[in-house]
Amino acid sequence: MTVKMRLPEILQHHQAVLVTDWLRRQQDILGHRAGSERDERATAEQFLKALGEASRTGNVTDPDQAEWSGVREVLSDISRDRARQGYSSVETATFVFSLKQALFDRLRQEVKDPDALAAEFWATTLLLDRLGLYTTEVHQKTREEVIGRQQQELLELSTPVVQLWDGVLALPLIGTLDSARTQVVMESLLQRIVETGAGIAIIDITGVPTVDTLVAQHLLKTVSAARLMGADCIISGIRPQIAQTIVHLGVALGDVTTKATLAGALAVALARLGLAVGRAPGKA
Amino acid sequence: MERIPILKMGEYLLVSIQVDMHDRLALALQDDLTERIVQHTAHGVLIDISALEIVDSFIGRMIGNIAAMAHILDAQTVVVGMRPAVAITLVELGLSLPGVHTALTVERGMARLQELLETESPNGRAAS
Repeated sequence: MTVKMRLPEILQHHQAVLVTDWLRRQQDILGHRAGSERDERATAEQFLKALGEASRTGNVTDPDQAEWSGVREVLSDISRDRARQGYSSVETATFVFSLKQALFDRLRQEVKDPDALAAEFWATTLLLDRLGLYTTEVHQKTREEVIGRQQQELLELSTPVVQLWDGVLALPLIGTLDSARTQVVMESLLQRIVETGAGIAIIDITGVPTVDTLVAQHLLKTVSAARLMGADCIISGIRPQIAQTIVHLGVALGDVTTKATLAGALAVALARLGLAVGRAPGKA
Repeated sequence: MERIPILKMGEYLLVSIQVDMHDRLALALQDDLTERIVQHTAHGVLIDISALEIVDSFIGRMIGNIAAMAHILDAQTVVVGMRPAVAITLVELGLSLPGVHTALTVERGMARLQELLETESPNGRAAS
């Protein structure tokens, strides 16, 4: 581009006007979502300052270069914050895209020659589009990180193996059973069988919302693995709807003992161990 | 050639696998074990695999085969001491060893064998 760009100059001289105009436009688009005025203004000023510094280096077309690392950093922080606060990607990108209108208004007042104006518009559009896309990318990455972390936490939270009695383990399953979870569940159950020497394991599926053929297959896998270690499994907590689904789907649970409630399963386990629960003498 | 020792204990045969199984060793064990069952008219076989860390589909199938052969020769098989990783591998390979009895320790395996033979005794074994 042979013409000297006016953008850096405008950014430097008209920052205050730009910020006010820009904020008003953000407010128009985001409406109630916009945060406190003072924070928004600080963020906007910070961004414009970084943008001004970067554009004064002479490179106003390629924000992937080193001169723009400051701008990228500011933008990353902003989109990361917004992603955590639950803004959508559109709302995050609006931060950058709404600056376009403010800048164009300014440019129209400063540049009178139509050809030069068109060139300015085009360069500014290209630049802001790339910055906008960059914010969306960061926003998306942050959301993915959050989701990944939550998945990991859920995985760890939801697979406790508890000892109900000497030689009886219980595995209360909560949530959907997919392949990854089955693996974790299986490993922790087998490990506990080795540690406690338990001969009976009760798998309670009260907290499993749906049982389809895949979930049933995962359950049977766990049962088979426990059996190979010499432990018998009882599946308990089968709700009426789940029983219906199992039969309608034609899922074969094989010769696995099933019980409606955990209490029923515990009674079976105690009976197998040759134990009986009775009322203490002298108590009503 | 190295072989896995088979110990006779009363009417039971005891096999303890202490080395990593390779295919030839497994085949040799199959030969030896069937021969010994016939030789001693053993009624129970206890296989301890607590030292076995790695299994593949061949070894998994071998364990199932040995149990099936022993069953034909009128002996019950109990596999004891399987490690969690081995159990998971076998299940993932689709080998859940349906005809094989299992127990966690040798002691419990023995108890299981005795239980199995007692339930069978009405068929005339107790009388002999």
